[in-house]
Amino acid sequence: MSNVIKIKRGVDIKLIGEAEKEFASPLPIETAALKPDDFYGVRMKLAAREGDEVKAGTPLFFNKDDDQVKFCSPVSGEVAQVIRGAKRKILEVRVLADKETRYEDFGAADPTTLEREEIVSKLAASGCWSFIRQRPYNTVADTTKEPKAIFISGFDSAPLAPDLGFLLEGQEEEFQAGIHALSKLTSGKIHLGLNAKETPAKIFTETKGVTITRYDGPHPAGVVGVQIAKIDPINKGETVWTLTPEHVVIMGRLFLTGKYDARINIALTGSEVKEKKFHHTILGAPVKHFVENNITEGNNRIISGNVLTGTKITEDGYLGSFERQVTVIPEGDEPELFGWLIPKPDKFSISRTLPSWFMRKLGDVQYKLDTGQHGERRAFVVTGQYEQVFPFDIYPVQLLKAIITQDLDGMENLGLYEVVEEDFALCEVVCTSKIPVQSIVREGLDLMKKEVG
Amino acid sequence: MKALNDFLESKVKPYFEEGGKLEKYWPVYDGLETFLFVPGHPTEQGAHIRDGIDLKRTMNTVIMALIPCLLFGMWNVGYQHYLALGIDATFIDQFVFGAIKVLPIVVVSYAVGLGAEFLFCIIKGHQINEGYLVTGMLIPLIMPVDIPLWMVALSCIFAVIIGKEVFGGTGMNIFNPALLARAFAFFAYPSFMSGNDVWINTSVRDGQSVVDGFSGATVLGELATAGSTHYSVLDAIIGTIPGSIGETSVIAIALGAGLLIFTGIGSWRIMLSALAGGAVMGIIFNALAPYAITEVQQAFMAVPFWHQLAVGGFAFGIVFMATDPVTASQTSTGKWIYGFLIGFLAIMIRIFNPAYPEGVMLAILFMNTMAPLIDHYVLQANIKKRKKRISLKARA
Repeated sequence: MSNVIKIKRGVDIKLIGEAEKEFASPLPIETAALKPDDFYGVRMKLAAREGDEVKAGTPLFFNKDDDQVKFCSPVSGEVAQVIRGAKRKILEVRVLADKETRYEDFGAADPTTLEREEIVSKLAASGCWSFIRQRPYNTVADTTKEPKAIFISGFDSAPLAPDLGFLLEGQEEEFQAGIHALSKLTSGKIHLGLNAKETPAKIFTETKGVTITRYDGPHPAGVVGVQIAKIDPINKGETVWTLTPEHVVIMGRLFLTGKYDARINIALTGSEVKEKKFHHTILGAPVKHFVENNITEGNNRIISGNVLTGTKITEDGYLGSFERQVTVIPEGDEPELFGWLIPKPDKFSISRTLPSWFMRKLGDVQYKLDTGQHGERRAFVVTGQYEQVFPFDIYPVQLLKAIITQDLDGMENLGLYEVVEEDFALCEVVCTSKIPVQSIVREGLDLMKKEVG
Repeated sequence: MKALNDFLESKVKPYFEEGGKLEKYWPVYDGLETFLFVPGHPTEQGAHIRDGIDLKRTMNTVIMALIPCLLFGMWNVGYQHYLALGIDATFIDQFVFGAIKVLPIVVVSYAVGLGAEFLFCIIKGHQINEGYLVTGMLIPLIMPVDIPLWMVALSCIFAVIIGKEVFGGTGMNIFNPALLARAFAFFAYPSFMSGNDVWINTSVRDGQSVVDGFSGATVLGELATAGSTHYSVLDAIIGTIPGSIGETSVIAIALGAGLLIFTGIGSWRIMLSALAGGAVMGIIFNALAPYAITEVQQAFMAVPFWHQLAVGGFAFGIVFMATDPVTASQTSTGKWIYGFLIGFLAIMIRIFNPAYPEGVMLAILFMNTMAPLIDHYVLQANIKKRKKRISLKARA
């Protein structure tokens, strides 16, 4: 029997807009985009120009510091547009997709028979390496390092997150092949975290070569950082890699077919979506695909990802490389008369200053939350709030203060190596002072990486 | 609502915005507008949804928790007044008399304190924070009823400027501003803050006189000077005793404590540990009472510990002052230590300091200075644990 770890701190924010467990009819992909910002810690160099013909698996970028690591096109077609921002920073490279996808051939191979170096070079050349994230710093993994362990979370506890068992159904063989490949990259364990409250899917229980641990508790129990902290926390000088099961499946396909086949499934969620279903799609797919004529009238926010860590995009935007859902919720940009005084029941709060707490006790309440910040930014005043939702042996406020004051020793000693932005997402949600916690953590990680390496 | 918001946005706001005639008064406009309307600021970075709580709601909850103390305090001021004069008065008479005495102090506290805060923010160009909403209510409740209003005003100015704004405003201060106001008044005007003449209003009209044998001393005053009190524990729990306006009724304070704990705004750890600290010190004194030098002190030390906890500003201090999140310890472990020491020291100061039998104010202010040190050691313990993890790995 797998080990069960109880997680007490955290909160499940139940939102209206869960996707039905049903796939919508697939639509042809006309464009796809790769966004360099999805990959931290990489100095990107463009490998393709506008007008170039690419196949699925042809590099669009490569890592300037480690040029074997490529970031590849998920579709075949013509490089249509390179979107740049301030200081000519590349924001997106869009590829006009062919009707029939043509693939680069990286050669099928049984990962169990390959050497570590062969696996690294295959993953790096095909673009699959970019899915491996390294802690500390949440950057793309360093090909020259060996992690002490690899962590994969087999469930998502974020609001409206899809059931990964359903999302990955029928891809057992690919997942197993991916795990075989990963097992060559570390002499440590490959940890797979599963939800203790549900019967785990076959894709996870039948996989060989993983150490399964089950987690019982509210969000962020499904966040891989929490799972690392509970099983094998990161000490100074250690490296841990993390992946999502979807990316393991894409890796597995690479070894089984020799192709960089970036097909994924996503859930379309959120209160403002009319038909909330699952979709067969591809990494970097246009969200227009899913939301056009499928969201309510009005001022809405489209999020690539979930409401805690996803990215705000426009209707013409594209799915991020690490997302498994698109969420649409109303914008909260209307001023509220005496909003700080009136105990409106439709507002969510972990404090009991709003009636939502009482209603939650009465039944299974789901909220239709908007993007309103519900107050202005203030200095840290209230204490003990973050700790209610932060299941790490870390003092979150003190760590944030160390980051704000650029106290490198403090950051190191108080546990910055163990965390990434998403681990702090709930702290940001519950913050009375409306402090931008995740971006502060990112600044801390960037500073630490620059100064300490 | 929409019309009012549109009116403010289009007709009033432009005067206060950059380039407007009243540009430098922007903090005043912003303060008033955000009091009326929670701004429709959508999230721009990080999490897209946020908790419905903000600092105004937090402060408002504390004010609601203080309302029982305020209302009881108003009534008790009237009750004590008529009792001192030996006049039978109805509940309404007592309450109205108290309200007439107390409300001006509240009004002065808010008007002067907020005025000072607005002025400071205009000069510094800062946004006005809501911290004073609570401070402005706390100050009247910890003042004696007969304090002159100008002293209240000066105390409020001291609290705002020296207690808070010089440190950078709400969230940055190291001492509880309301307690600083009281400490300022206590040290600047001691004859108006202690003794037997300030706790009960004994102003008389034609034909009225104070009853024979009336002393006006508080419970602690009596205990410190005579070693006994004619007020029972029940009197102290109900609150029908002389004292600062809002601090006399344990029941009213407990109602506030209940709201603070239920809503999660006040730290139950601090309240509980302070109670424990006070009880421990009380028990120690009970045990040591036979060894006291004077008979008065012997009797004071022998007062049962639960009686000690019910009288003076102890309950009010540990519920509303010690739990100030900015000046208290910020770590959970730290809160236990911080609260315990406040309770412990409050009773210790009360008995050892004959000049000033009320110890909770000094205990909290002293522990305000110690709170960062406590947190420092709590964090060091966490850091050591993390380093130990590395050395264990290295040995393995």
